[in-house]
Amino acid sequence: MNRNIILCGVGGQGIILASRLISAAAMAKNIPVMSAETIGMAQRGGSVFSHVRFGSEIYSPMIATGTANLILAFEPGEAVRMLPYLEQDGQIIVSAKPIMPITTTLNNINYSGEKMIAYLRENVKNIYVVDTEKAINFLGSAKILNIIMLGFATKTGALGFSREEMRKQIAEKIAPRFHELNFNALDYAFK
Amino acid sequence: MQKKYLMGNEAIAFGAVASGVNLVCGYPGTPSTEVLETIAKFKFKNIYVEWSINEKTAMEIAAGASYSGARTLVTMKQMGLNVASDPLMCVEYIGVKGGMVVLVADDPGPISSQTEQDTRKFAEFSKVPCFDPSSVKEAYEMIQDAFEFSERYCTPVFLRTTTRISHGYASINVKDPEEYKINTPEGFIKDSKRWVIFPKLSYLNHKKIFSRNVELSDVFSEYKRNSIIYAEHENNKRLGIATGGISFGYVFEALKNKNINDQLNSVFKVATPYPFPEKLAVKFLKNLDEVICIEELDPVIEEALLLICGKHGLKTKIYGKISNHVQTAGENTRDSVQKVINEFLKLPDADSTQKISIELPIRPPVLCAGCPHRASFYAVKQAMKNNKTIYCGDIGCYTLGNSMPLDMVDTCLCMGAGLGIAQGVYHIEPDTKCFAFVGDSTFFASAVTGIINAVYNQTEMTLIILDNSTTAMTGHQPHPGTGRTVMGEIVQKIDIEKILRGIGLKTVETVNPLEHKKSVETVKKVSDEPGVKAIIFKYPCIAINKKLNSMSVNYKKCIGCHRCVNEIGCPALFYENGSGKFSKVLIESSQCTGCTLCAQICPAGAIVSTEEEKK
Repeated sequence: MNRNIILCGVGGQGIILASRLISAAAMAKNIPVMSAETIGMAQRGGSVFSHVRFGSEIYSPMIATGTANLILAFEPGEAVRMLPYLEQDGQIIVSAKPIMPITTTLNNINYSGEKMIAYLRENVKNIYVVDTEKAINFLGSAKILNIIMLGFATKTGALGFSREEMRKQIAEKIAPRFHELNFNALDYAFK
Repeated sequence: MQKKYLMGNEAIAFGAVASGVNLVCGYPGTPSTEVLETIAKFKFKNIYVEWSINEKTAMEIAAGASYSGARTLVTMKQMGLNVASDPLMCVEYIGVKGGMVVLVADDPGPISSQTEQDTRKFAEFSKVPCFDPSSVKEAYEMIQDAFEFSERYCTPVFLRTTTRISHGYASINVKDPEEYKINTPEGFIKDSKRWVIFPKLSYLNHKKIFSRNVELSDVFSEYKRNSIIYAEHENNKRLGIATGGISFGYVFEALKNKNINDQLNSVFKVATPYPFPEKLAVKFLKNLDEVICIEELDPVIEEALLLICGKHGLKTKIYGKISNHVQTAGENTRDSVQKVINEFLKLPDADSTQKISIELPIRPPVLCAGCPHRASFYAVKQAMKNNKTIYCGDIGCYTLGNSMPLDMVDTCLCMGAGLGIAQGVYHIEPDTKCFAFVGDSTFFASAVTGIINAVYNQTEMTLIILDNSTTAMTGHQPHPGTGRTVMGEIVQKIDIEKILRGIGLKTVETVNPLEHKKSVETVKKVSDEPGVKAIIFKYPCIAINKKLNSMSVNYKKCIGCHRCVNEIGCPALFYENGSGKFSKVLIESSQCTGCTLCAQICPAGAIVSTEEEKK
C-alpha cells in the first residue's frame, strides 16, 4: 500500500531534515520511497513543503490533491494552504505556533494562528494540534521543532514507523552531540 | 550493487563517477548545483572538480579536457546554457574525443529562474543530442548511456533534467566502487585539421552532423529508454499519449486507473527528444487517430510528431500546447496531467478536493533577518533621498531587495546585466544617478567586462558590490574572492578592490554595511564623484556566519512608531498585538541575528542587546 505524506511550513523550520528521516525509516524497512521538496529562493522565509511517498506503486515524487494520508504542518497557516492535498479522513498534525510573515506586519493585516486552527478543526475530523510553544520551552530549544512534530506523528501512528525506528534514524543522521536533545524531542510526544 | 536514497542530482553524480568521469566543472544554479558538489565530495584523486568562474569558461575547460581524451561533465542551469552557448555551438562542429556530457537543469514554473526556456529546443538548435530522464533512477542510468553515446559519436551530448528530477529523491540501486569504469586519457594529440575551426571545416562537419543525426534518430528508435507502453488489456482504442521527463511519471500513475487504461491504446515515452526517434514514433502513430502530448516548457514532442505526420502522410491528430489543449506555461503537476487526460478521454473531472475558504497570509521569500544586503540597500536608499535615481539589480539573494519596504530593485534581467542597464539609462538620462548592484560571485562571473565598458565609454555611475563572501542563493559555493575551492583547497584570494583599481576606478570605498551612519555618508560622498566609482559593502552572509547577540525591545521605551518595521522590514520584527496603531514592536529571538540595524534607526533608543535588556 502506498503512503503519501506532506510536510509543510516556513523556510528554516527543518522540514528537509524531517522528511529525510521519514524516508530513511522507509529505506531501513526496504520500502521503495520517493520525495521532493522546496529548494532555492523560497527557502528564504517563504512557504515550503516536502512530499514523501513510500510503497510499491510510486512513479513520481509528487502527490496529487486529495491523496495525502497525512499532513505534518509546522505552521497553522501553511497547514491550511496544503488542505486540498488531504484525502478524505486523512490526518493533520499541526503546530499551533504561527510564524508572522513580515508582509502581514507591514500591511497591518491581522494574521492569527488561532483562526487557522479553528478553520482546520471545522474542516478536518482527524486533527491533532501540538502546543509546540510549550514543548520548545520545556526542551529549551526552538531548533528541534521538526523532531517534536515527528514525535507526535510517530505517536499517532500516522507515520507508520515506531518510536524505535525513528530513534534509530535520528542516531544515524544527526551529529552525536545533538542526540540527547533530539531524542528528548522525539520522546516529548510520549510523555 | 547497493541501495541508496539519492537526490536526482546526486544520482547523476554517482552515475558520472561510475562512468569514469575525469573532469567536472560548472557554475552553481538552481536546480543543477548538487551534481558537482556531490562529485567533489567523493574526493577521488583521479577526478578533477572545479567551480568555474562562469558557464562559458566551464564549457571551454571541458572541451579542452575532452580533446585530450578525458571524460568530462559540465553542469549548469538553463540560464547558464545561454552563457555557455558560444563554445557549445562551436564544439558541436569540432566534435570531442573523450565523452562530454553537458548537464543542464531546466526550471519549469519557473521556480528560481528568469525564463522557462527548454534545453530540448536548444538541443535541436545546436544539433547536440539530448537525453531526458523521467525519474531519479533513469537519470542515474542515462548519464552512463550519455557518456557512451558521446564517445561513440564524438559529440557533446545533453543530459537535460527538470526541477522534479534534479531535486526529487528516490531509493535506487547504484554500482559498487569496484564496478566503476576507469578512463585513462591519452592526452592532447596535435592535429590542426581536427581541432581548429575554419569555414571549410565547418562546412564539411555541418554535413556530417546532419547525416549523423539522421543515423542517431534510427539508433534512438531502438534505444530501450524510448518505448511504447501498450494498455494492460489489448483493446481496439485509437487514442494515445506522448510524453517524456517527469510528466511520464504523472501519466504512468494516472494509467493505474482502469477507466483510463481501458480507453487508451498506448503511451509513447520519449527519452531522447533530439534527435527524435522517428521510426518508433511512426510505429506509435500508425494505429492512432488522436494523440495528446503531455510535456513541460516548449511543445517539443508535439512539434516532432506533427512533422512526422506531415512527412509520412499520417492522418493522426496531434494535440498539445500548439492546439491549445494543454497549458502553455508553468509546471505540470499530477493534477494538471490528470485533468488533461480526463478531457482528452472525455471522462468526468472528479475533483473532490477541499477548497480553502479562509484568507491565507502571503509568504513570499524575503531577505533573511540580519542579512547584510538589507543594510546595504537601506544605506543607499537613505543617502539618495530626493535624488533622481535608478537602482539596477542583478541575480542572487539580493534580487529580494525589491520587496517592500526596501523597494530597491528597479530592474533585474540576467547575470551581470545591471551594469549594462545602468549605462544605457545614463546615456539617455544623464541627470539620473545610476546605481548598479552586483554580488561578489556575480561580479566574477559576469560583471568585470561591463565595468571596463563603463570606464572606457566614460559613463557616470555608482557600482555597489554586495560582498557577502559566498555564492549564497545557490547554497554557499566558494568563488575566486573567497580563497577556497570546491575541493577545500586554500588558494590566493582575488581582491575585488584591486581589480576595480586595476580597471582604472579612482574611487573605491569598502565599508561594513552594518555601520549604518558611516555607510550612508560613504554613499553620499562616493556617488558625487565623477565617472565610474564603487562601494564595496563587505559583510559575510548571515546564514554561514556566527550569530551575534540577539536584540530585544525595551517595552517601556518603545513608542510604537513602527519605524523599524516600515523602514527595513526585517522578518524578525512583529507587533505585540498582531496589528494596530502604536502597538509595541517585539523581536523574535530565534530569528534575530544581532545585526543591530533596527537599533541604529530606532528614534527612541528602545532596541538593545538582549543581554543588556536583562540587566
